[in-house]
Amino acid sequence: MQKPHLELSQLGISFPTPKGPFVALQNVNLEIGKGEFISLIGHSGCGKSTVLNLVAGLLQASSGGVILNQKEVNAPGPERAVVFQNHSLLPWLSVYQNVELAVKQVFRGQKSKTEMRDWIEHNLALVQMSHARDKRPAEISGGMKQRVGIARALAMQPQVLLMDEPFGALDALTRAHLQDSLMEIQARLNNTVIMITHDVDEAVLLSDRIVMMTNGPAATIGEILQIELPRPRNRIALADCPTYNHYRHQVLSFLYEKQRKIEVLNTKAVTTAAAEEKRA
Amino acid sequence: MSTIPTQWSRVKSVLPGQQQLSNWLKQSLLSATGIAVFVLLWQLLASQINTSLGSFPGPLQVVQQWSGLVAEHKAEHAREAAFYQRQLERNSATLAANPDAVVTVRPYNGRPTFFSQIFTSLYTVLTGFVLASVLAIPAGIVIGLSPRLYSAFNPLIQLFKPVSPLAWLPLVTILVSALYQSEQPLFARSFLVSVFTVTLCSLWPTLLNTIVGVSNISPDLQNVSRVLQLNWLTHVRRIVLPSAVPMIFTGLRLSLGIAWMVLIAAEMLAQNPGLGKFVWDEFQNGSSDSLSRICVAVLVIGLIGYALDRLMLQLQQRVNWDKSAQLR
Repeated sequence: MQKPHLELSQLGISFPTPKGPFVALQNVNLEIGKGEFISLIGHSGCGKSTVLNLVAGLLQASSGGVILNQKEVNAPGPERAVVFQNHSLLPWLSVYQNVELAVKQVFRGQKSKTEMRDWIEHNLALVQMSHARDKRPAEISGGMKQRVGIARALAMQPQVLLMDEPFGALDALTRAHLQDSLMEIQARLNNTVIMITHDVDEAVLLSDRIVMMTNGPAATIGEILQIELPRPRNRIALADCPTYNHYRHQVLSFLYEKQRKIEVLNTKAVTTAAAEEKRA
Repeated sequence: MSTIPTQWSRVKSVLPGQQQLSNWLKQSLLSATGIAVFVLLWQLLASQINTSLGSFPGPLQVVQQWSGLVAEHKAEHAREAAFYQRQLERNSATLAANPDAVVTVRPYNGRPTFFSQIFTSLYTVLTGFVLASVLAIPAGIVIGLSPRLYSAFNPLIQLFKPVSPLAWLPLVTILVSALYQSEQPLFARSFLVSVFTVTLCSLWPTLLNTIVGVSNISPDLQNVSRVLQLNWLTHVRRIVLPSAVPMIFTGLRLSLGIAWMVLIAAEMLAQNPGLGKFVWDEFQNGSSDSLSRICVAVLVIGLIGYALDRLMLQLQQRVNWDKSAQLR
């Protein structure tokens, strides 16, 4: 059997608190093939970002580990590039310089100056940001910043691309536009991607598999949904597709029936109880 | 025909708007009124106060003393030029009589004028300020990056920060005379004492602001640095320093302000031939002009302090990457 490209094995993390350790995440097992697009979905606070940060090496696992190409990873590195939720571009550098910082760091000694320049420009062209190469982050829109963030990550030529709610802070139209761009880039480069999302449509549209997480504490993987929609996918054509809607329904039912947030129920119960008490 | 209005609107967009212009006018009018009221009150109150040196000088006497100081400076300048001219003539005459004669050019030892004292003061304060910045910025970066170092140094910083220049000065004086002994000193001791006192008092705001700026780097940018595996030096140069620049410059501006205030006191006691010594000498002199001359010095000290602050502001605006920041 072929070994998986990226493997999360018995992954768990707990944080020390005055009341003893708090188990945030446990028993996360996932095997990801090369070129696969995985979405992590779940309610806020369920530990999606923690999983991503563990894979990125920004957090250390308390149990289990992350194995990339048969090697365990414990520290961050450019072969696992991260696209941060709030873009995290350096505000004092231009668009070009932001990508350059990454390229210079990753390809030092491997690419010549002109090769580096061509590579930076190629990646900016990939996300359609060549026209703004000399602008500072403060001078471009949120969607453009996120594009540059993606270009910076792609320019590291990562084995795995980690995206933490990359389109979460964008308006619906910009988000749709960037999702289409991402699908195109993914089709061309065949990157392995793990993306966190809150958006059910985004997850179904982009993913090969959707990993649905249970609520914390001690969150883990609840269900995994294989999305067998042919690529390239077209959002307009899929809007009427029964299979698409079926997948969508499955994710929604996981989130809002099986893993309905308990706190929400509790507050409701308290308010109804209070109302009844008043009536009495 | 239709192009004329569009061209006019283009011109208008370049000119300051009417709103802006009237705002500016209002501001300047208010500033002028403030100054006028102050001068008026000064004149009224000054004549009421009798001191041992006659009545307290009003604005007019101060302006007169200002022109007196300018005249003195010019006269001194002329004397200096004449001194060198005489020397040159004498030397060339000696050389004409005997080509092998050894001639020396003696430096002019005239009294420092008010304006040469201003330059001494500026030179001294800038030396002290640069020394303070060179010490405080690197120290602030190193301390700010390490919570342990911060815990170790914070009590010392809090302890020394509020110490008055007048308390440092005797110590600095004794230390300089003990440690700086040379046959042909490069710097006068009074200069060194003033410089070190200025440094000791003015490095704290820069140090503290650098520490705060460095320790408050956004965690996202730190993660970027970690994913890129930047080494310590690159991390400091590309991430830490630029993101701390706004705070560092806020500290530098505060430091320069303090340095200028401290300098006057330091020069008074160290007898460094600058504005502080000018004020002290006039105070000791006790002539009828002294009070007006001190008033001139006070105004000049204020103006120079203001100019230094504006210069730092300009520099801050140029260096700051956050062009949206409101600096004032």
